[in-house]
Amino acid sequence: MSAVTDLLLTRYNYLAVVVLSGIGMYMMIENRNLVKKVIGMNVFQTAIFLFFITTAYVEGGAPAILESGGGGGGGPYVSPLPQVLILTAIVVGVSLTAVALALIVRIYAEYGTLDEEALREVTGE
Amino acid sequence: MIPTVAVTGTAPLTGVVAALLSGVGPASVEQLLATSANSPLPPLLVAVPLLVSIATLAVGYRFDRAAWSIAAIGAVLQVAIAGTLAWRVVTAGRVIHVLGGFVPPFGIVLVVDGLSALVALLIAVVTVGVLVYLRQAGPRGLGTTGDVFNMYVFLEITGLAAYALVASGDSGLAAVAALKYLMLGTVGASLFLLGVGYALIATGTLTMADLAVRLAEVGYQSTPVRAAFAFMTVGLGVKIALFPLHTWQPDAYSASPDGVSAFISALVSTVSAYALVRVVYSVFTVEFFAANPLARDLLLYGAALSVIAGSTLAVTQREVKRTLAYSSVSQFGLVAVGFALTNRAGLVGGIIHLLGHAVMKGSLFLAVGIIAIRTDARTIEEYAGLARRVPVASAAFAVLAFAMIGVPPAVGFVGKWYILLGAVEAGEPVVALVVVASTLLTLAYFARLIERMYFSPVTDSTGPAGTVADGGESSAGRDGRESESAVADGGSAGTDAATVDRNAEDTRDTRNDSDVEADTSAGADTDGDAGSAELDPVTDDPSGREVTAGMTAVVVLAAIVAVALGLLATELEALLRPTLEVLLS
Repeated sequence: MSAVTDLLLTRYNYLAVVVLSGIGMYMMIENRNLVKKVIGMNVFQTAIFLFFITTAYVEGGAPAILESGGGGGGGPYVSPLPQVLILTAIVVGVSLTAVALALIVRIYAEYGTLDEEALREVTGE
Repeated sequence: MIPTVAVTGTAPLTGVVAALLSGVGPASVEQLLATSANSPLPPLLVAVPLLVSIATLAVGYRFDRAAWSIAAIGAVLQVAIAGTLAWRVVTAGRVIHVLGGFVPPFGIVLVVDGLSALVALLIAVVTVGVLVYLRQAGPRGLGTTGDVFNMYVFLEITGLAAYALVASGDSGLAAVAALKYLMLGTVGASLFLLGVGYALIATGTLTMADLAVRLAEVGYQSTPVRAAFAFMTVGLGVKIALFPLHTWQPDAYSASPDGVSAFISALVSTVSAYALVRVVYSVFTVEFFAANPLARDLLLYGAALSVIAGSTLAVTQREVKRTLAYSSVSQFGLVAVGFALTNRAGLVGGIIHLLGHAVMKGSLFLAVGIIAIRTDARTIEEYAGLARRVPVASAAFAVLAFAMIGVPPAVGFVGKWYILLGAVEAGEPVVALVVVASTLLTLAYFARLIERMYFSPVTDSTGPAGTVADGGESSAGRDGRESESAVADGGSAGTDAATVDRNAEDTRDTRNDSDVEADTSAGADTDGDAGSAELDPVTDDPSGREVTAGMTAVVVLAAIVAVALGLLATELEALLRPTLEVLLS
């Protein structure tokens, strides 16, 4: 029992990653609405972003900024690299979402539905 | 408007794909910097296609016709840059460029070695080919990053371009297929990113050369390292479309316009497979597999399963483009088998088959496109008697199909031969059997098509095609008959090749020779037909598009290249040798 509480108290950020990615994945697979599928995709990506950010966090760490003349915090610093990476990944994610939504608009214009099952019937798959 | 959209869609792909041309061996960063020539060319390889794509878009809005010319100029420029780089790599060794002057491991470095140069050149050349075919779209590209995160970004950009390309199809189906592709592709890339995250946690670095060293220090048995490998390979598996992660691929290939199918089948999965080589050999290195035999076995047998499942599914398809799509699942399985064998022969076979597949499958899709425009035939039934109605495209299709099956001397044979050799050397009888069986299955679905094209009576009663005494037909036809009636024969021949390495040397040589003749004659006939093709009564084309001489020329040329590449295989291996040494060290 104490192991579980311990895990919950000290590793909750990783648990959040697991839960979020599970929710996102489940939404993508199970939800019939295409827009909600895209939202699921975003949730899944967010889980991974959170994973990166949480690994970079250092308890009581300062931003890794050195001022001229040697001023500024003095360690320990938070790792800046994952944050930079995720900034880029967010941009990629936004463009993907934009493309996905554009496609959904087109699908709706063509078939008049966003329901996966109905779509399958219409397209004869 | 459509040309403009197509051009804009395709152009980023070039730059995107370009970005993947990374090749750092497991040498340390210092070693890398000391032994490689610095050059401004690698970033140009990435930047030129991107700039051209924007220019195409901008100009295309005002002058529809100019867009193609600009894309063409860009594509030729791209070939020139890739060619120059390849030449430098061959003559002077690895070329690198440190971006913005930030020295790695802190900055990003672009690295071009033999393998990346080859892939870059392939992309550039395929782009020109597809461009000539389409006279509409302009993609090309190849890149070079020595950084795993950059790899993720480039994978996603490639993906984005590919999604847009698939969606450029006319029907609503294209949009549905593109959305499916987008979702699965994103999950794949996200898993790859997760793997990068684990690698970062384990080592604190993202530069491939640095990662290789530090991963070894951390220990290949450690959990984060294993997790990183698992996520990265599964992520790339989705992008490559290995079974059972392939479900997006048949829809995407069959719903997109023919030129686009050719382009993405030739390049998008190829680039992902290239990324897999980089990850397996440059980042995790051969020692990782030695320390984790389970990881190797999973990859190896997973790929072998992909070979069998892909072929089996291909046999059951009715639509020609779907058959070709499932065939890709199986061929990429073969490529991955070659990589997972982690010996020299397997790696060479994988790389040769990767390049050969790009040429063969791309041009098969183009041939299908020509046939569809001429006759509106899209299903296997409708292919009956096609050889008479569309002789040139049919002949090219047949030659390419035989190359894909692995009839020597075409490139398909060389690739499979090396992979088989690698499997035998690695002591993997099951895998060797799968490779041989895949040849049989490939034969099964292509023989069916070729039999229809050359021997079935035309459905609209133009007369039996078999009576036409055309050289191309009869030579290809001979093979076709053989394959049709004697699957068992083909099987035993394949097994021979597999098991009787040494004492069948003579027989095989003889067989080789006769096949060279057959193929050359088929090639010659194809050429001969080129003239008469224009005289053929062109069936009223349903889509309002016409088959231009350029389109036919591209397909015929590709068929010849597919055969010639096989003959050049030894030179190709020599070209790759220095790179291979680094990869396998």
